[in-house]
Amino acid sequence: MMVQLTPLWTDWLIYALCVIIAVYIGYTRSKPHLLAPWRKVVRNPTAVASSVILLVFATIGLLDSIHFREALPQADNSGKTVYSAEIISAFDRLAKPLRDHVEKTYSAPLAVNLFAMESVEQADGRVARLFPRLKYAGGHLGKDIDQSTQDQWRLFTKGAISGALLWVLLGFMLNAALATHAKVRFSQMAQRLWRGQTELPWRTLLFTIGIVLWFGSIVWQLAPNYHLFGTDKVGLDVLYLTLKSIRTGLVIGILTTLVMLPFALLFGIMAGYFKGWIDDVIQYIYTVLNSIPSVLLIAAAVLMLQVYMDLNKDAFNSVVERADVRLLFLCLILGVTSWTGLCRLLRAETLKLREFDYVQAAHALGASHWKIMTRHIVPNVMHIVLITITLEFSSLVLAEAVLAYVGVGVDPSMHSWGNMINSARLELAREPMVWWPLAAAFVFMFVLVLAANLFADAVRDAFDPRVQ
Amino acid sequence: MIGYVLRRLLYAIPILIGVNILIFTLFFAVNTPDNMARIHLGLKRVTPDAIAKWKHEHGYDKPLLFNAQAKGAGKITETIFFGKSVPMFAFQFGAADDGRDIGHDIKTRMMPSLALAAPVFLVGLLLYITFALTLAFFRATYVDYAGVVLCVAMMSISGLFYIIGGQFLISKLLHLVPISGYQYGTDAFKFLVLPVAIGVIGGMGGSSRWYRTIFLEEMNRDYVRTARAKGLPERIVLFRHVLKNAMIPILTGVVVVIPTLFMGSLVSESFFGIPGLGSYTIDAIRSQDFAIVHAMVFLGSVLYILGLLLTDISYTWVDPRVRLS
Amino acid sequence: MFSYLRVSVCVLLLSLVAACGKAPWNDPYPVSERGKNTLYSVFNERPKHLDPARSYSSNEIVFIGQIYEPPLQYQYLTRPYTLEPLTAQAMPEVQYFNAQGQALATDTAPEHIAYSDYLIHIRPGIYYQPHPAFVQDAQGQYVYHALRPEQIASLQAPTDLPQQAKRELTAEDYVFEIKRLAHPRLNSPIFGLMSDYIMGLKEYGEQLSREDKKLKAQSGVEAYLDLNRYPLSGAQALDRYTYRIRVKGKYAQFKYWLAMPFFSPVPWEVERFYAQPGMKAKNFVLDWFPVGSGPYLLAENNPNKQMVLLKNPNFHGERYPSEGAPGDRESGLLADAGKPIPFIDRAVYTLEKEDIPYWNKFQQGYYDASGISSDTFDQAVKIGGTGDAALTPDMEEKGIQLKTTVATSISYIGFNMQDTVVGGLSDRTRKLRQAISIAIDSEEMISIFRNGRGIAAQGPIPPGIFGYEEGEVGINHYVYDWSKGKPARKAIAEAKRLLAEAGYPGGRDANSGKPLLLNFDTSAVGPDAKAHLEWLVKQLKKIDVQLVIRSTDYNRFQDKMLKGDAQIFEWGWNADYPDPENFLFLLYGPNKKVGSGGENASNYENPEFDRLFEQMKNMENNPARQQIITQMLEIVRRDSPWVWGFYPKNYALYHAWYFNAKPNLMANNGLKYLRIDAQARERKRSQWNQPLLWPIGILVMLIAMVLLPAALAYRRKVHAAPRVRKDK
Repeated sequence: MMVQLTPLWTDWLIYALCVIIAVYIGYTRSKPHLLAPWRKVVRNPTAVASSVILLVFATIGLLDSIHFREALPQADNSGKTVYSAEIISAFDRLAKPLRDHVEKTYSAPLAVNLFAMESVEQADGRVARLFPRLKYAGGHLGKDIDQSTQDQWRLFTKGAISGALLWVLLGFMLNAALATHAKVRFSQMAQRLWRGQTELPWRTLLFTIGIVLWFGSIVWQLAPNYHLFGTDKVGLDVLYLTLKSIRTGLVIGILTTLVMLPFALLFGIMAGYFKGWIDDVIQYIYTVLNSIPSVLLIAAAVLMLQVYMDLNKDAFNSVVERADVRLLFLCLILGVTSWTGLCRLLRAETLKLREFDYVQAAHALGASHWKIMTRHIVPNVMHIVLITITLEFSSLVLAEAVLAYVGVGVDPSMHSWGNMINSARLELAREPMVWWPLAAAFVFMFVLVLAANLFADAVRDAFDPRVQ
Repeated sequence: MIGYVLRRLLYAIPILIGVNILIFTLFFAVNTPDNMARIHLGLKRVTPDAIAKWKHEHGYDKPLLFNAQAKGAGKITETIFFGKSVPMFAFQFGAADDGRDIGHDIKTRMMPSLALAAPVFLVGLLLYITFALTLAFFRATYVDYAGVVLCVAMMSISGLFYIIGGQFLISKLLHLVPISGYQYGTDAFKFLVLPVAIGVIGGMGGSSRWYRTIFLEEMNRDYVRTARAKGLPERIVLFRHVLKNAMIPILTGVVVVIPTLFMGSLVSESFFGIPGLGSYTIDAIRSQDFAIVHAMVFLGSVLYILGLLLTDISYTWVDPRVRLS
Repeated sequence: MFSYLRVSVCVLLLSLVAACGKAPWNDPYPVSERGKNTLYSVFNERPKHLDPARSYSSNEIVFIGQIYEPPLQYQYLTRPYTLEPLTAQAMPEVQYFNAQGQALATDTAPEHIAYSDYLIHIRPGIYYQPHPAFVQDAQGQYVYHALRPEQIASLQAPTDLPQQAKRELTAEDYVFEIKRLAHPRLNSPIFGLMSDYIMGLKEYGEQLSREDKKLKAQSGVEAYLDLNRYPLSGAQALDRYTYRIRVKGKYAQFKYWLAMPFFSPVPWEVERFYAQPGMKAKNFVLDWFPVGSGPYLLAENNPNKQMVLLKNPNFHGERYPSEGAPGDRESGLLADAGKPIPFIDRAVYTLEKEDIPYWNKFQQGYYDASGISSDTFDQAVKIGGTGDAALTPDMEEKGIQLKTTVATSISYIGFNMQDTVVGGLSDRTRKLRQAISIAIDSEEMISIFRNGRGIAAQGPIPPGIFGYEEGEVGINHYVYDWSKGKPARKAIAEAKRLLAEAGYPGGRDANSGKPLLLNFDTSAVGPDAKAHLEWLVKQLKKIDVQLVIRSTDYNRFQDKMLKGDAQIFEWGWNADYPDPENFLFLLYGPNKKVGSGGENASNYENPEFDRLFEQMKNMENNPARQQIITQMLEIVRRDSPWVWGFYPKNYALYHAWYFNAKPNLMANNGLKYLRIDAQARERKRSQWNQPLLWPIGILVMLIAMVLLPAALAYRRKVHAAPRVRKDK
């Protein structure tokens, strides 16, 4: 099928981020002193487990960042291909069944009927109140819908077994590779692996991957045929919504720091390095910014963006593009409100560094300010930057939810955990209670933020000189 | 000392001017005075004439920042910016766009905000320190490990979950406290128990973990080892020496928020229907009442600067070696 | 070390117990209010104006409707809505005149009528609520009309002044209020409209503006502009109890305005009193401290938290109506017939911004009445086998009553008729609009988002308003077919056919092959809006059209509407008065939003429709009028400038202790008819709100269980301390 790639603004930034990471890895590999703290990170079992989880999230987020339009079927014989107006992502294509299986309204997890009663006109013209069948969930069963529980168990078992098999296979391969590498017998290596006596925490890695595989293959079996996490008010699959929300969370968590990084680096280092009036001006700027309640600043910025979009409405032809620009803008403004903290840290560190002998020596040798800053100061404050980024990430993901509540979060049409939690307030007041969207958002958000927090801890332990 | 404080206060003036300019530009980049008039006059049957009258009545019929038509100093003074900002410095907040006196509203709404924020702050501080000290005492045991995991788990839950869950459980299912609302005076107690508890629990993970790190850092110092070597019981070491010295970073870290306690909490207040300054600000953003938003930003900035000053002073107070000059 | 924690938990629990005593712990009201004859209700937004010349929104009229008394009111129980005298002795006498000032017969054609006079006699012996503004000394001088600023500064409320007095209501007060509509400092929202009708009001407004400028230049911005010095030709008091309003031409709907707060009496003494320098700075203005003759007076005005109405001691007295609509006697609405009203002593309105706490407190018995939002619907109401709404057993057990009414309002989706894609009266765009009208399934929308609380609209006129027709004659046959005795939406295939005829086969432009993109403009935010917008997108997808949601802030949206930049939008209208003119004028060409800022939001303009509208406007409700309306409806249904949307149905729930409630969408002074049984309420409240403590007990025990090993470990560690030292 022909597709037309249509990368969004945030997509470009994500690709840029991937390139930066690749360059960083390449650069670090050749520098033992930079590699040392990372070695410490990978030896930490918690860090390994959480990075597996983070990688799974990141993969979904990346897949969801490849956007394109599909070609429409030929309307006439002109040979001209016309593309659909709708922008979808690679993830949408993969999750096509989830995306297309839209029911009428709420249904509980794994249910085959709607959640609320409805008046349905029957063949004989009488109106009855009943729970109507869902259009898609259990649709493959046809008339045998009362078999749905057995069918679900069957699918569950199938998923569980295939997940376990995959895992065993993977474990085998890993063990074999390790054994060859360490030049020991296969069984000996297996014993070491089992007891956790390897240099790197392979056991933890294998275990985490096992869990991911196991859950993944169960979901793989059940999700196309049933609504694993139920459906929301307009009948969208909640699992699909939560998975789509991953990208939103990641973008807010990562791009915000990426956006603020240049400002914080430049201003922080300049303030600390030059001191004097430059320092005064920069301190003035961040005190002013800090003293305005951030919600207010964000609200104003989001409104400003809407003005801009209304003035240039032809530039934004689809819901996805509009929502994306708003997301980007939100990252920008969150960056503006959060760069001050890092800036202050960097300023303090630079003040200390500039008095060091080697900096003074470089100065005496006539090196330019720019050169001193980039060669001697920036590399020596990088650990602060890294620690801040990892620590900031989780608080930004959480902040998104609060902003959605205040009404200045991401676009309402964009799937995000904040928007889900926000609707959940109404859903919890229903009787019987609709709990699954909240529960799904909670679980996914919790897992991501927990993994991020644990990973950040490990990074801090490895990089922070005070901890060493 | 007094000279230093005075200098800092003078330094606050350009900051406040900067805040004012920024908030003005942001607000009027998205709202024209016409829009504001339309919102305040209501939906049905609003004539252009009525809009012009409203703007005149509320002082929005002048240019924003610069009046090219006026003469001399009037170029600056006969603008919305000048007319609305200068009285602020004398804490004259004027009337809200709906005609109510803002100063009066701030005065009545301050107490509920404080009644919520102050207990959260105090109870929280006490609880977090106790918890962190416990963890530090049991460092490198299963108690410590479980505690840290608990902290990280608590940090990973959005504050909204605590509020939604708490309200649902305590108010709706167990009928223990009113779901929302407020009464002045001692009756406020039953309305505040739940939001205070949730506020404390919500902040527990992050703060406790931070304090624990501070305690651990302090416990690795030489004087602690000496004290232990002298045979002092661990309890005394912890309370007499570690706690006392660790209070310096803790105090200086939290002092900055004390003045802003008056500003209230945005989310908690609107969830629990507490008529404080936080919900006042949110309502003003939603109804685009510029006068209120402006006043609240100004007040927030003043309190923030005050917090910074207090931090500096608290340094000298807890650590006699520090001198302000 | 754990003592901190333990002590604080204990203190918390103990103080909880101590503070609450026997009564329910979650009672949000002070103990002193228990068992009193007080009504508890809510308001969800700060009222902005309580001045009858200014307030126009329903959340303000809730209050001032109980305080001020216009000459007429709607009958509380009878349907269709009928006017009856309130302070007037009888319905106004209307007399028509030609340009020469000669009286004309009542059946004269409207074009011959130059002006009409409304003569209103009010009842003697009606008094205003006690107020310091009325206090006179022995010489007849007003005691509090020249207060010193420091005297004013020391007051908490104007009523803190030691003396208060009452004063009789006169015809002059009504005239004074009509003059106030033109007051340059008040910005009355209906001044523009009324100056088109009331003789001389426009000129009067201009005159006042001139005088006001002069006055301000002479004696400062707060100087008192005395309206008594300037007569108004269109409204004059003929004697103490009679006044006359002169209206240009014939304006058949004018009588309805006489039942709205805009035409309530305002005593000049009060206006003079509040105009004293220093009053405004304390918020002492008529906008915040209303003074009326109605059954209630505003005793506490704290828009941040609560508003309290108290019985007016000077109320002239009224009796509960003894006539009702069929069925009212059976449902007990006439049990109080002939008894003196008001029944309730005090009404407390609490600020409740969110639905959920409101609903929960209603269920706990802390509010006496509640609406139903979509999310709580299943809990309260089940639809019976016949499609009637009934309460769930849960609610019935609590003794809750349900009342439903179809609101005199409409919620619709409009097309901007000036838009190049969806607008215009060409055949092509008309078919496009019709196709969309079929695709947007209002019935499904009502069922998902309103749980059946609405009726799919067949045109602009809702049921209960003259011109609405039941049955097959009343359906919109561009969207519906009549089948099996009810309207059935046409099939999607039909919509697709229309779309193809409009030049978009398969949702793609027949010429360019590009997919058709439509834009939906909205300012709606929040979770419910999100679901609703997603649903709309889903609807158009059925005919392969992509809908782009352009959401923006409220200001921007208003701006777009004014400039005509919107394409498709959602809009609604609440009737001012029960007359079809008040709905059909929403489609009247000269009333367009773009250019004239009128209420015709879709900027629809059809000359034939406009001609018929002018003809219909001033007619009495008779078959000839119905015939014209039917023609007009056919025109707009064909043109489809709106997707007709739905007429909302209001469901209201009342507790068992709440009597005489009957939703009346026109009357705004219903509080005086209500009665409550405070003792029954007290019993139910304590029955429903018994605190459950055992889960807390379990929680405390769990915490203790976690702490116990830690405490043990602590002891062990302390005792083992010397060994630790050795290790080091």
